[in-house]
Amino acid sequence: MYTVVLTKGVPDFREGKVSFDEDGHLERGKTPTVMNPNDELALRAALQGKVRHGGTVSLLSMGPPGYTDVLRQGMEEVYADDLYLLSDREMAAADTWATAMTVTTGISRLEPTPDLVVAGFKTADGETGHTGPQTNWCHHMNDALPDRTLVTHVVSLDVDPDAGTLRAKRLVKGDVTEVETVETDLPAFVVTDPEFEASYPKADHRLRYKDLREETKRRAEDPEAVLTVWNHEDLNLDPDFIGLDGSPTIVAGVDPIPKGPDEREATHVSPDDGAGMETVLEELQPFAGGD
Amino acid sequence: MTDDHEHYEAVVVGAGPGGAAAAAALARQGVETLVLERGVDAGSKNVSGGLIYAEESAPYTIDSLFPDFREAASERPVDDYYIHNVSGRDVKTFDLGRIHRHDTDWCDAVLRRKMDSWLAERVHELTRETGGGLLTEVRVNGLLRENGEIVGVTCDELDPITADLIVAADGVNSELARDAGLMDWDEPDDWFQGVKAVVEMEPDAIADRFGIDDDEGAAHLFSGDLFEGVRGGGFLYTNEDSLSVGTVFHLDSLAAERAEPHELLDALLTHPLLDQWLQGEYEEREYAAKLVPDSKKVAHPSPHRGRLLLVGDAAGQMQAQGPIIKGMNHAVTAGGLAAEAYADAKTRGDPSAAGELYEAKLNEEGVMDQLRPARYRATRSVSESDLLGTIGDAVIRSPIGAAGLKAFDGAIERAFNSPFLLGMVPDTRFSYVTLPTRIGEVLGEPVTGDNDVEPPDLADRIGDLTYDVGEPHIELVDNSFEASGTAVTACPVSAVGFGGGCYREETVRTNGSEERLVSLDTQPCVECGTCAIVADTEWEHPAGGKGVEYEQG
Ligand SMILES: Cc1cc2nc3c(=O)[nH]c(=O)nc-3n(C[C@H](O)[C@H](O)[C@H](O)COP(=O)(O)OP(=O)(O)OC[C@H]3O[C@@H](n4cnc5c(N)ncnc54)[C@H](O)[C@@H]3O)c2cc1C
Ligand code: SF4
Repeated sequence: MYTVVLTKGVPDFREGKVSFDEDGHLERGKTPTVMNPNDELALRAALQGKVRHGGTVSLLSMGPPGYTDVLRQGMEEVYADDLYLLSDREMAAADTWATAMTVTTGISRLEPTPDLVVAGFKTADGETGHTGPQTNWCHHMNDALPDRTLVTHVVSLDVDPDAGTLRAKRLVKGDVTEVETVETDLPAFVVTDPEFEASYPKADHRLRYKDLREETKRRAEDPEAVLTVWNHEDLNLDPDFIGLDGSPTIVAGVDPIPKGPDEREATHVSPDDGAGMETVLEELQPFAGGD
Repeated sequence: MTDDHEHYEAVVVGAGPGGAAAAAALARQGVETLVLERGVDAGSKNVSGGLIYAEESAPYTIDSLFPDFREAASERPVDDYYIHNVSGRDVKTFDLGRIHRHDTDWCDAVLRRKMDSWLAERVHELTRETGGGLLTEVRVNGLLRENGEIVGVTCDELDPITADLIVAADGVNSELARDAGLMDWDEPDDWFQGVKAVVEMEPDAIADRFGIDDDEGAAHLFSGDLFEGVRGGGFLYTNEDSLSVGTVFHLDSLAAERAEPHELLDALLTHPLLDQWLQGEYEEREYAAKLVPDSKKVAHPSPHRGRLLLVGDAAGQMQAQGPIIKGMNHAVTAGGLAAEAYADAKTRGDPSAAGELYEAKLNEEGVMDQLRPARYRATRSVSESDLLGTIGDAVIRSPIGAAGLKAFDGAIERAFNSPFLLGMVPDTRFSYVTLPTRIGEVLGEPVTGDNDVEPPDLADRIGDLTYDVGEPHIELVDNSFEASGTAVTACPVSAVGFGGGCYREETVRTNGSEERLVSLDTQPCVECGTCAIVADTEWEHPAGGKGVEYEQG
């Protein structure tokens, strides 16, 4: 069983870490980069498979050389046997499409062909949720790769490597109240939902989990020893189809979320004041949804 | 069918000193051992005073099972040991060094989070080699039975597990001991309640104020009239860079006096006697509480049933030798003996004999006699009667009594230092309150100076604790004040008139009639176990990893 997990570095948006300038623009230089929080769940899904059935888990990312630290973080905090970084100036400023193209090519170079690819839900900076599904779509255009069934919004996962199948519980339309169970053959592509939870109902699972966590923490002390870096030449990629040049998306502008005005007017209405409350209702009515 | 279940040769429930000792000893015998602990970390649920003794006569000590223990997991060796008999401002101090050193190889102060988590790491290494290991955040919720026989355990987080040996080292309020019908949670006079504050103090200040070096420690005990007549006493032990200051009271007395445990702790913390050490500075790191079994009454003479062996607090093996509290050391001994018994039984080709052998070893090694001294049993019936208390009271209060005390000053200190006499100390108000108060009054000198420290209030104490709240784990079965009202005061995180605690008194008026009721919110619960005894509840521990998380313990 060979699983590859896709990840990306994002600004650390946590309170106290993130830094914005006066206009509300993110200050990249002052904000540390961390692994996209949703990708941690993708890694947890892969680790669950490793705990239960053995196999290998690779962690792959596209980004600047500094992303080695993001890969190391994933390894330290969750798990990875080895790390792959697709890194090159030509790959810079890619939109989700160019990223998907590049990442797919990266996957096609992995040996053996992964049985399972797992991606996290939306990235914390892009918020599109496109890269996972697009990467799977790009598989169709890559002769070296098999087609995979795409299963998104996965909240729990059970792989049977002997039977070559995967069973997942997924949220229907991303709705927490509606869950369906799907089964498909491997190879497959899974996008974990933020609600994903790994489950370890056997003591033996949990003991192995502990062993693997210890082992991967040690490995994370020297990530370079298990890191492979590929540039566009290694992957035989045409610079016109990757990075900024290969990105059809045009960002026309970015508007910061406006701050609330410093001075606001308020009228105090007592709930006992019938007429006053009527006025409040009238004021609110235009903003109410529905009929 | 049990055939489908995951199986380990031995399952140890709980990673306190008892569980750690049992698991280490089993692993050393090559027994495949799985240890299940409900806390996020071993020690995160545990509280003790904490002086851990290594007794010369004990077949197992913590450092015999874990050689680097003292270096890595304990705070300070404690040699100085005093008791202060308090009457108002008058204090008479006795040196209890002799009784403290009696049968003692060494004695260290410990903080349980640090101690238990260190032990757990060693235990995991040892047991992993046998094919088992130690898991945290798993709560065992009962015994697995087949045809009425105990064959394993059931858990909140894991599928049922079978085992040839089950060691219940799950502490006071052991759910497994209760499930097996070996212990009940009915009588308040079977238990003590311990409450403790860990107070910050720089090592330099400790050296200065206690007159000790960095590698020395001190213990001070307190009894007399500072606790509103509740039977029990206080303690203060030095750690590396903090003090453990606490109280231990008989639960029946605490309940009867309707005393508030946190106020009794504050009475100790703010007594002028403590000014010499606190010197106006007070930064509380943690407030904690837990029940403590009284071995004299509840140490089970036959702590096993089928494959299940109880060790430590779960079996009531907690010895209060007068003011000296010995629970951790006995849990270690019992853990070692349980493992030894299983190994012996296996050698004889009959693992099911482990329980009988364990019981025999507890007797042969003299453990049972320490836990339930025959002398105590002999004196109990007379000395605990009110009559003797009253006569004792009268004598000690009379001028003759006072003269007697004066005449026998030295003899009293010697009597306090006698393990033989301490073994028979009756659980009366006379021995816990009247006598020490009278000693303070007649023989004591007044302490000068004022202690103006202000311990945090209950709301702040609760607010400083870490909780990962799970589902409510205690159900109030009878919410009438008669049945459960005692919990409003006895719960260490509740108080009369305080809305932020677990138990609250409510008056409900319906159609002209008025009812006194009690309500429960388990959110701030520290899982001390008190309301399992003093209120009408369905009491369980929270699920694995949930509930309060002590940093010090
Ligand atoms: C205030 C106070 C002062 C004390 N002072 C001293 C002292 O100075 N010296 C001394 O020797 N003793 C002292 N004691 C007593 C001492 O703490 C106990 O006797 C000792 O901790 C008993 O050890 P144990 O291993 O039996 O149980 P514990 O240490 O209580 O360990 C039980 C373990 O089992 C776990 N557990 C419980 N239920 C479950 C479950 N269902 N599933 C999984 N895990 C579970 C718990 O989380 C815990 O880790 C004091 C106690 C208190 C409260
Ligand atoms: S609710 Fe019960 S178990 Fe919890 S702290 Fe209060 S008395 Fe103790």
